[in-house]
Amino acid sequence: MEKRRGRKVMKDKEEVVDDDPWWWLVHKGIAASFLCIAMFALLVRVAVSLHPYSGAGNPPKYGDFEAQRHWMEITLNMPVEEWYLNSTTNDLSYWGLDYPPLTAYQSYVHGLFIRFFHPESVSLFTSRGHESYIGKILMRWTVLSSDALVFFPAVFYFVFVYYSGRPHGQKTDIAWHIAIMLLSPCLILIDHGHFQYNCISLGLTVGAVAAVHSNKELVACFLFSLALNHKQMTAYFAPAFFSHLFGKCLRHRNPLLEVFKLGLVVLGTFALVWWPYIHSMESFLRVLRRLAPFERGIYEDYVANFWCTTSVFIKWKRMFTTQSLKLLSLGATVSTCLPSMLQQIWAPSNQGFLYGLLNSAFSFYMFSFQVHEKSILLPLLPASLLALEEPFLLKWITLHALFSMFPLLCRDGLILPYIALSVLFTLVYHAPTGRQDRKEAPSFNSFVTTIIVLCSVVLHIVYLTMHPPRRYPFLFEAVIMLLCFSQFMVLCFYTNAKQWMLKRSVFVDKEKKLL
Amino acid sequence: MGLQGATSTPHLLWFFGIATCVKLLLIPSYHSTDFEVHRNWLALTHSLPLSQWYSDETSPWTLDYPPFFAYFEFFLSIFANLIDPQIVHLKKGLNYSSNTVVSFQRITVILSDLCMLYGVYRLTKDLDSKRRTLIWVLVVWSPMLMIVDHVHFQYNGFLLGFLFISLSYLEEGRDLMGGLFFAVLLCFKHLFAVAAPVYFVYLLRHYCCGGLVRGLRRLLAMGAVVTAVFAVAYAPFVYHGQIQQVLRRMFPFGRGLCHAYWAPNFWVFYIILDKLLAFFLRKFGFATPTPEASFTGGLVGDSSPFSILPQITPVTTFMIVLLALSPCLIKAWREPQPGMVTRWVAYAYTCGFLFGWHVHEKASLHFVIPLATIAVQNMDSARHYYLLSIVSCYSLFPLLFEVREYPIKVLLLLLYSIIMWLVFSAKFTDGEEAKATAPIKKEAGHVAAKKGGFLIRGIEKSYLVGLLVVEIWGQLLHSIFFGERLPFVPLMLISIYCGLGIVYSWIWQLRWIIRSPES
Repeated sequence: MEKRRGRKVMKDKEEVVDDDPWWWLVHKGIAASFLCIAMFALLVRVAVSLHPYSGAGNPPKYGDFEAQRHWMEITLNMPVEEWYLNSTTNDLSYWGLDYPPLTAYQSYVHGLFIRFFHPESVSLFTSRGHESYIGKILMRWTVLSSDALVFFPAVFYFVFVYYSGRPHGQKTDIAWHIAIMLLSPCLILIDHGHFQYNCISLGLTVGAVAAVHSNKELVACFLFSLALNHKQMTAYFAPAFFSHLFGKCLRHRNPLLEVFKLGLVVLGTFALVWWPYIHSMESFLRVLRRLAPFERGIYEDYVANFWCTTSVFIKWKRMFTTQSLKLLSLGATVSTCLPSMLQQIWAPSNQGFLYGLLNSAFSFYMFSFQVHEKSILLPLLPASLLALEEPFLLKWITLHALFSMFPLLCRDGLILPYIALSVLFTLVYHAPTGRQDRKEAPSFNSFVTTIIVLCSVVLHIVYLTMHPPRRYPFLFEAVIMLLCFSQFMVLCFYTNAKQWMLKRSVFVDKEKKLL
Repeated sequence: MGLQGATSTPHLLWFFGIATCVKLLLIPSYHSTDFEVHRNWLALTHSLPLSQWYSDETSPWTLDYPPFFAYFEFFLSIFANLIDPQIVHLKKGLNYSSNTVVSFQRITVILSDLCMLYGVYRLTKDLDSKRRTLIWVLVVWSPMLMIVDHVHFQYNGFLLGFLFISLSYLEEGRDLMGGLFFAVLLCFKHLFAVAAPVYFVYLLRHYCCGGLVRGLRRLLAMGAVVTAVFAVAYAPFVYHGQIQQVLRRMFPFGRGLCHAYWAPNFWVFYIILDKLLAFFLRKFGFATPTPEASFTGGLVGDSSPFSILPQITPVTTFMIVLLALSPCLIKAWREPQPGMVTRWVAYAYTCGFLFGWHVHEKASLHFVIPLATIAVQNMDSARHYYLLSIVSCYSLFPLLFEVREYPIKVLLLLLYSIIMWLVFSAKFTDGEEAKATAPIKKEAGHVAAKKGGFLIRGIEKSYLVGLLVVEIWGQLLHSIFFGERLPFVPLMLISIYCGLGIVYSWIWQLRWIIRSPES
């Protein structure tokens, strides 16, 4: 009798998901579906890497591709101490190294790989502005391998940890979440199209988040310090990490000891990475100065953040000196971070932590000094981690992040992959699940969103086909910026409010379980 | 059932949309000379009058497809002219390869795949929703189509669409429409004619039956339809007195038995046997004539390339193909079942591939893709398809020889293997399905029933591992051991090794056809 009932339940379940087109993908468990999706994501990355990179065939400065190649050239051919030192062999005004040491080590390792197959593309001096068929492929492969070795395992670790605590998670949803994270169009376009190594720092961050979720704070500190040492931009997440871990420490029996342990790990990691530069104050400060290029101004190009958007009405750069702008932006960033930090110190929870990451990254993107279009990748990451709870948020921020980078990608000649990946993202987002639970906002909202989407589609077409009036050569960029900024602002308010409205009980429950 | 069909049709579009995104991303990848071939056809159909289409020799890539394909190119050239007139310029367009022409031609291939989409939809519309989803996944995400159509450049998806439409009508029992679409397909690409004997016998026995008068009337109807299709295709050329020229172009028997890269078929073994015999005879002191022409040259001419074994002529290959087809024809004659048509047609293309004259490795698409639609019928078919599709996809690897596309082809194959493994093990987990109406149940059943999952046998597994060895040898070890010497060995190894797999598939299909029950 018991057996029969069991079978009947199973049958019912099967009938419910009968129309689910994904049963074949998920029936073998998370690992198998992850493997399948990861393979597809890799394929997409390889296909995007066929397209041009930033500054291809554009002397004398080229673009990010040349910068990364030049770093490999410098790190391969110079002793470690001179990597950040301006000299006759290392002209820092030509793409001088301005990322933390971990990036330099990574360049060194990749440089070794490239030199093995094609020494011409990393030889000192003669390789400047080197562009060749094989050189491009090898460079692309270094990004691909970093992605596959850092970002993919980190996502797997995150998914594994995130869903192991919830027995009721639908397998199809997990697969969907994996696909959304691995097929993030902005990350793919910037890393494998434009050419950067964001996958490493973001991958390390995802790993750190996963470690936080599995209560391994020390591992989290280690991974996040590495991420910080790969790209200083990862500091966008620092307030969230700090406040969450600090809040957790406060709840321990011996808070001081906990804080001390975490601090030790952070300092140890930093010391390890900075080892060649901490022997003398001079060399240490030299590297530090390279990492903070304040002379570049408060914003560049047309980034959809607060300073750039409001500069249409208020000429910040003319009204204030760089020094006071620095203070102003620092004040604005900290004050906008503060509510989310306080919430995490007050009531640290795993869910709140993800919102905290999103909020602190958002306030840095909006208000900090020297923000680039590509910095939108940082708020995007926690949004994609939250995809299952906030599907609409993810869709909205991804579409507008893409849009805000559209002028940049146009310059790189990446319009085709831009279109293909936007469509791919939309398709994956709206993947047929056979169930109707992922409903979007009610009808008024959907009316507004439809209008906005239509507007942005029209703007795309206008940008591509029409010439701006001669008096305002950057009119279209400014309009795009305004649209994206307004949407980011709305989302920013929403996520801050959402973080504060999270139930406090989540953490308390967990704590009880642990005890 | 009808309602279900309506709800899950968007899934098919969704699968197709995902594939389309990848196809779009692949636009700047390597394209073969076939790209310039089709560009030239666009130009000559646009700038020359119909009477000169088949006699023009401005470019070495002369028009050698049947008239419908020429009309199709003419249709496309109208848009090409609007986008960039240089594409359709007969002389200025030669070897034109700007971004516009690449994007334009690639997008025509992507759009023409809609024909395949409709074909697959039509073929599967009466199946249950699970099985249908699996077939869609297997066909729409086929890596072979991706490699041949969207990287190498051809219009196979479009043509296979017509084959699917025709098969779907036959399976429904609407034989007249099935015959009509097959005739249309033949007027697009005559290589599909290998299945014509099967169609002929099947239609004769299944459609033209039911008494002498009714049979005769139906025979006349079918004849009229087919003749009408061919008339539409060829009549303009007959009118212009070009028909002989058209036929000369379409059947260039001046080419050799094998293509420059040997397709993995029977003739590979024949050549190898000849070489070995000659080698050993020479070793034992017999004087053997050294062949003047080499196989890799493509063009052979009159001299025999074989030193020991008898020479092969087009007529010989034709007879062998017919002979290999005969069991299937007998079966179709004795018991024309609509459910078996897809298998029979796939078998016919397999025979054509194995024994045909001047076969391209790409021709394996003609039977692998149709076999995907029957792969989920039972465990045995699934296992066979798993092996066959991996082998034939691997045999396409030499088409994309550039470094840049290497990860693409490898990832495509790996992804598809994983998808197939997931699909088949999902399909056959119940154990109930494994005991389906398989005629060769005994061999198939015991592996499946024990564990209740999709498993491949040890020998097949070791064969697939061998594939990996062949690839590692070709990519890495060969140059370490031999350096620059014997550069043809890696390709030859691929041909021989994949040839084994295709022969296995042929035997499997033949056995299935012979053993299929006569109800």
